[in-house]
Amino acid sequence: MLRTLPLLLAASLALLSCSRETQVDRANREGILLIGNSGEPKALDPQLVTGVLESKIIGALMEGLVADDPKSDDALPPGAALSWEHNEEMTEWTFHLRPDGKWSDGTPVTASDYVFSYQRMLHPEFIAPYVEMLYFIDQAEAYNKGEITDFSKVGVRAEDDFTLKLRLREPVPYLPSLTRHYTWFAVPRHVILIHGKMTDRFTPWSLPGNFVGNGPFRLKSWQFHKAIEVDRNPHYWDKDNVGLNGIRFLPIENPYTEARAFFSGQLHSTYTLPSDFIDSVAEDKPQFLRQEPYVGTIFIRLNTTRKGLDDPRVRRALSMAIDRQSITDHVLEGYFPATSLTPKMGQYEPDKVLGFDPEGARKLLAEAGYPEGRDFPRFSILISRPAARASTEAIQAMWRKHLNIIVDIQNKDWGSYITAQQTLDYDIASAGWIGDYLDPTTFLMIWTKGNGNNNTGWSNAEYEKLLDDAAHQADNASRLEIFRKAERMLMAEQPIIPTAFYSRNYLHRPEVKGWYPLLLDNHPYKSIRLEP
Amino acid sequence: MFRNLIQRLLQGLVVLLVLFTITFFLVKAMPYGPFQQEKAVPEHIRAKVNAYYGLDQPIYVQYFKRLTNFIKGDPGLSLRLEGRPVTEIISQAFPTSLQLGISAMTVALCVGIPLGTLAAARKNSLIDFGSMALAMIGICLPAFVIGPVLAEFFGQRLKLLPAVGWEPADPRTWILPAVTLGLGTAAYLSRLTRAGMLETLSQDFVRTAKAKGVPGGRILVRHCLRGGLIPAVAYIGPAFAGLISGSVVIETVFQLPGLGQHFIKAIETSDEPVILACVMLYGTLIIIANFVTDLVSLWLNPRLRTR
Repeated sequence: MLRTLPLLLAASLALLSCSRETQVDRANREGILLIGNSGEPKALDPQLVTGVLESKIIGALMEGLVADDPKSDDALPPGAALSWEHNEEMTEWTFHLRPDGKWSDGTPVTASDYVFSYQRMLHPEFIAPYVEMLYFIDQAEAYNKGEITDFSKVGVRAEDDFTLKLRLREPVPYLPSLTRHYTWFAVPRHVILIHGKMTDRFTPWSLPGNFVGNGPFRLKSWQFHKAIEVDRNPHYWDKDNVGLNGIRFLPIENPYTEARAFFSGQLHSTYTLPSDFIDSVAEDKPQFLRQEPYVGTIFIRLNTTRKGLDDPRVRRALSMAIDRQSITDHVLEGYFPATSLTPKMGQYEPDKVLGFDPEGARKLLAEAGYPEGRDFPRFSILISRPAARASTEAIQAMWRKHLNIIVDIQNKDWGSYITAQQTLDYDIASAGWIGDYLDPTTFLMIWTKGNGNNNTGWSNAEYEKLLDDAAHQADNASRLEIFRKAERMLMAEQPIIPTAFYSRNYLHRPEVKGWYPLLLDNHPYKSIRLEP
Repeated sequence: MFRNLIQRLLQGLVVLLVLFTITFFLVKAMPYGPFQQEKAVPEHIRAKVNAYYGLDQPIYVQYFKRLTNFIKGDPGLSLRLEGRPVTEIISQAFPTSLQLGISAMTVALCVGIPLGTLAAARKNSLIDFGSMALAMIGICLPAFVIGPVLAEFFGQRLKLLPAVGWEPADPRTWILPAVTLGLGTAAYLSRLTRAGMLETLSQDFVRTAKAKGVPGGRILVRHCLRGGLIPAVAYIGPAFAGLISGSVVIETVFQLPGLGQHFIKAIETSDEPVILACVMLYGTLIIIANFVTDLVSLWLNPRLRTR
């Protein structure tokens, strides 16, 4: 042993000194994008998942009827469909599929694949968790809940191989943008039926070796907590314009670990960057820092069934006592102070109603029966993620300073935190919401009665009437005007107190070209190129 | 003696059953179920998913079903990575944990035992104080401090070793995690070795050997090491099982595809089959490690054999 020790040492030193080429250098040579993806996907069957990180991988493997544009959130480039049209009421849509559209095994993508996909997703026995996204289709909800069993009554029809007709329950002017969400993607009928019945939840069809999609890349390998690899799909209709040879998605959950991986040359792009790193990166390595707006809002959720919080004046007072600018300057760096609930998206921009007014807040609180914060119940703010602690402490201090009220902070693990809110077993909670598509409904529908994400105990018939009116309004401008009115009403009541608009802070290498800021952060991978 | 060993094995089985039962009911006592997601799933969907996995049945039915399946060697399907067999998850992740545990143990043995021996041989010298101070630092510094510091220095600054990741065939990726994980154990081992060696060195036969002119190094290695290692050996077995199973922090810091990450995520999502499989695996490892320790102690220490 003693004699072999020097030999071993020499060998390990030799190993260390050779190959100083980083993984990024090698990936640049091979045309492979290395990208952080924040966690292990639950599954890759687009009809079984609900998350954002899954969408990043599915977006490489599959393509919607309408594709994502690399530069613009509003542009609607053709994807699996070449063109589409609608009737005047926007309730009947026809999508013309591209005749050269193929699955990654060479089989043509047809309209009946879409009919099969929507039937599978809506089938009561399949139990798709995100099925509500398809409820826009006429009779879809009834079929999913078993109220009707004849799928031909649901508003989906294949007129011929390449013509798909959709009948909607209400006008949906943003349907093309909606079809970019993975719940609207087609799944390969011919492959799924090899591995089981249509309604079988889990079959090996979505595993490496079996997975078939219609996107620019194919699933190559999946190793838990290590990487998911995709490579070029030779049957993709636009394969000549695909710039990468492959992508490796690394499920690095810890943002500090991810930043270390980036700086040691193991990643092209991270999923996120911890707020406390932003200053130092901005100073030392500004070429790597990206800060971009994102359609998400951080807010404080109030349990309006609690005595005290049931009074809109109290809720507004709590809101007015928050100095949002100071929070985004010092704690949530890179974020923007919230001016309403919905961030600006496309043509929709709600009135800027939120502001810092400690004097007005004290007055409102006094009117509500708590002058100088006297006799105000001692509530606690529920948090879960460590990242929420600092901003919550800032709010805690502001309420104490400006309203003279004391709140506690209660930390729970993720599951208990979610459960407490869903069962209204909390006072105040720090929360957030990321939009699924670029329409204000993705933020405003939450606050309707019985919505599973509401969890405030608040509802308002008048508010819901407005949303309903908007839903039946085919003219987009007047539709958005109604939403603006509804949002003003929501902000007058404030069952939730928006604090900041999200921004995407992440690290990104300059040699990755074709990657532009996008509100939904869905960068079409086919336009990305590596130019070191 | 053999009766004793067989008794120990049977006791191990009882321990496993108790462990299974306690874990099962603790998981069931968690305030949330496996399908609690950030975005609320409609109630009729959640009820159906629960029924799909048999989670709507009475708890004792679930318990006996799970237990019989485990005994048959089928831990079931994961609830978090829906549809993936637990056996697939474990067989993908366990080799990494095992490899990490073995390399960390190698670090611990190669550093801890020589350091402890040296400290004992040069008792109350600068070497003794120096190495014991080092050991104390190793014990006190947690892996989540050592790990990032090493990764930042060797990975980010010097770019000598990968800061994150694990390749079974690339030893460069093992070094930082193995050192981080092994240092704490090395520190304990060196203190235990030192204590054991000191006790052996004070025995009569050592004095006799010295008087007969046997060289110091030979006394240390040939005559004392075997006896001096007894306390260390008693620690090595359980510590090895701990290194294989207790590497959650290391796996997060270095992004290793081991069992620890699955275990923690399973607890966060109340993924009962994976939690049970991990607990049973760790339990079995510890029982085996203790058993092997008993055997090795018997071999090292003839006094035990007569009992």
